[in-house]
Amino acid sequence: MNKPSSHDTGANVENTMSTIDKVNRNLAKRYRKEKTFRAMGIASIAFGLLCLVVLFTDIIGKGHSAFLQTYIKLHVDLSTEMLYIDDPSDPHQIAAADYQGALKEALKERFPEVTDRRQKRNLYGIVSNGAGFQLRQMVEENPALLNTQLDVWVAADDDYDTYYKSRGEGEAYTGRFNEEQISWIEALIADGAVKKRFNTTFFTAGDSREPEQAGIRGAMMGSLFTLLVTLALSFPIGVAAAVYLEEYAPKNRFTDFIEVNINNLAAVPSIIFGLLGLAIFINFMEMPRSVPLVGGFVLTLMTLPTIIISSRAAIQAVPPSIREAAMGIGASKMQVILHHVLPLALPGMLTGTIIGMAQALGETAPLLMIGMVAFIVDIPGGITDPATALPVQIFLWADSPERAFVERTSAAIMVLLGFLILMNTLAVWLRKRLERRW
Amino acid sequence: MSTSSLFVTLAVLIAVAYVLGRGRSMALADHSQRGFRNLNSLPFYYGMLTALWCGIPSLLLVALWLMLDGNAIDQLLIAQLPGEVAALSHAELGLVLNNIKNLALGNMVGANPEPYMVEAASTLTALQRSSQMAMTVAAISVAMVLSIIAWLRINPQQKARLQVETAFKVILLACASLAILTTIGIVFSVIFESLQFFKTVPVSDFLFGLQWSPQMAIRADQVGSSGAFGVIPLFVGTLLISLIAMIVAVPAGLMSAIYLSEYASSRVRSMVKPALEVLAGIPTVVYGFFAALTVAPFVRDSGVWAFEFLGLPMQISSESALAAGLVMGIMIIPFVSSLSDDVITAVPQSMRDGSLGLGATKSETIKQVVIPAALPGIVGGILLAVSRAIGETMIVVMAAGLAANLTANPLDTVTTVTVQIVTLLVGDQEFDSPKTLSAFALGLVLFVVTLALNYVALHVVRKYREQYE
Repeated sequence: MNKPSSHDTGANVENTMSTIDKVNRNLAKRYRKEKTFRAMGIASIAFGLLCLVVLFTDIIGKGHSAFLQTYIKLHVDLSTEMLYIDDPSDPHQIAAADYQGALKEALKERFPEVTDRRQKRNLYGIVSNGAGFQLRQMVEENPALLNTQLDVWVAADDDYDTYYKSRGEGEAYTGRFNEEQISWIEALIADGAVKKRFNTTFFTAGDSREPEQAGIRGAMMGSLFTLLVTLALSFPIGVAAAVYLEEYAPKNRFTDFIEVNINNLAAVPSIIFGLLGLAIFINFMEMPRSVPLVGGFVLTLMTLPTIIISSRAAIQAVPPSIREAAMGIGASKMQVILHHVLPLALPGMLTGTIIGMAQALGETAPLLMIGMVAFIVDIPGGITDPATALPVQIFLWADSPERAFVERTSAAIMVLLGFLILMNTLAVWLRKRLERRW
Repeated sequence: MSTSSLFVTLAVLIAVAYVLGRGRSMALADHSQRGFRNLNSLPFYYGMLTALWCGIPSLLLVALWLMLDGNAIDQLLIAQLPGEVAALSHAELGLVLNNIKNLALGNMVGANPEPYMVEAASTLTALQRSSQMAMTVAAISVAMVLSIIAWLRINPQQKARLQVETAFKVILLACASLAILTTIGIVFSVIFESLQFFKTVPVSDFLFGLQWSPQMAIRADQVGSSGAFGVIPLFVGTLLISLIAMIVAVPAGLMSAIYLSEYASSRVRSMVKPALEVLAGIPTVVYGFFAALTVAPFVRDSGVWAFEFLGLPMQISSESALAAGLVMGIMIIPFVSSLSDDVITAVPQSMRDGSLGLGATKSETIKQVVIPAALPGIVGGILLAVSRAIGETMIVVMAAGLAANLTANPLDTVTTVTVQIVTLLVGDQEFDSPKTLSAFALGLVLFVVTLALNYVALHVVRKYREQYE
């Protein structure tokens, strides 16, 4: 505040102004600043939410088409001569028959004008490499189909799949196609011999180099087994550690040391846990690579701090009066904990565990370190089978050059995000449902 | 017996031990006149005591056995191999062992394996079988003998509850100590391999070198036979990307936190806050995909357009630091915002009231009173966010490049410490090549830097909190 100076009479208007006038003079400016500041806050939030919306629309926009797969109708001749089967009752012969040949023949018949060898090879590429297996399965399930001619819908190759899907929206994606290849698929479309169906392969198959045969089942099972190992280890250990620190630990240096360690581990980059897994579990203990068991060990160590910290909060929330009441009627420390504290703290602990599991489900970097990035076609059946995990599968597919993998990667991300949303919703619901206010 | 069925058997044995121990204590109690009351503890504790004696030693034995038998079998096998094979170098011996193991599993090993290998493979199978057998017998007999002894020792005067509670406490302590073991494990695994690395590459070359090209030639006379392991370009790349991320995340996160805690109604807050936190729950691999396939092409195209408009002869690389940094910033926004939110809410209301009472507007109060009061906490939160950005892996692996350019230009390709760790260690590796070991040295650097940042951040936050509580 300036003091009005006494010797400067009349000439200076400032001096005759009262404090309120001075305030009023600046007021408009200050209110403007206030508004700008507020607008900046709203803009920041809008930016964050916009990023979220862009991310989700981008992923869904790219990935939704992967849930459909293009199928092509072919008139296939399943005569025994065509398939080189002498004895239709022999299951071995049925399994080893030349179904791919039958498909090729069907394509040749449909496009008789194609004679050049190179062109023929292009033509055969119109159906997926896996279409032969599809025919074999049909025949194995129903041997009566032998020696008949029938219309079969077989999966299209990924390039044609992408072409057909992008056809509706402006410029179709032609990729490496030449004029003829486009004319074939257009002819088939004109016949009504091309359609899109729900892509069951995506949910039932393991990984494949061919986009139209690739699925996330293997990765999902790998993630499931890894999470099971993680849950089975990290929940009991985390709860036990939290109980010790909250109920038993004396106030001494050792306890402080444990706490410092837990807090630091919570902030150690996840890739460091991968290095630990590689050096200790794989290099030193000679455990096998790429198995969910080791993945589960590494993720256990990574999620333990999260679980311990949230379990401690849950135990702290149980009022001391409950412990004192139990002790007052003669319960021992262990009885107090097992009969009263733990049941009351369980909802909070479960919530923390679910959040920890969601974190483990989305984690990629440590799994890369312990070799869960291998190309694995088989669907794992246990915790010691080589496997990969859903986020790692996303990483692998994102690296693949085929354009059809882009939509499959996005679709796999949608599945992963779906699981995460499910787990987080469960955690929130559990907290709301079982939360108790004392 | 396979390991999993051994575990099942042990579980059954433990259950049986519990039932028997409990039954014996009840039988002993029934004979006396006062029934259960003359037992020192409830029958439950006698059962638990027997079960603990049955379970813990045998499970520890199995765990130890599983940890050590691989190495022991290898040693026995090497002792059996012909002299000239056993005299091979460590790496070649490992290769031979691997072949033998594959042969024993029935996998294909080349055209015709040498006779000594076939013989060794059968020895290996026999050794593995007998080891498994010995483990089964040892574990089950330990479990049975100890539980029988414990069972025989049950008497009404035995203080079973005290013993069980002590065991309970020790088990809890062991679980809590796992955090220490993990830290020790991390430190040992990175230091041990790093020391081996520093035997070939001097520490000063590693820390202050300006060149990073970890390709080691197989033969000495090959071009570029000596890799360069200077970590400075990686540091610069990491810091550049983290800086870009912070430029995005700090203003956006801080302003959202201020708005949510000072201006927003509780209804808006309860809707917006969880929505922003969704950003924190999205897996980093998803951000990486978004960065590589959407943001990076967008940044490159808009760069082409902008530079053409300005007439500058520049271009943006398709793996620019800018794209990776932007996306990393988006990922960190909720992290900064929720940490700042906590400290801003912790500023006492009386300070705000005082400032408002003097006639300050809300924004003046925030800028001149609330933020200065919350500053240590906010700085701590930002430091934690920086440590997060430095250790972040998947975004940079998918969106940043591999070329170790020493540049501060955000439009150029740079690489980071985590990217190099992943590229060096994914796939097959040998643990005696400097290329593989350098990844552990990088891991050591990463661990030390993030640890220091976390320590400082937690220290700052804690010191600040004590002021107002």
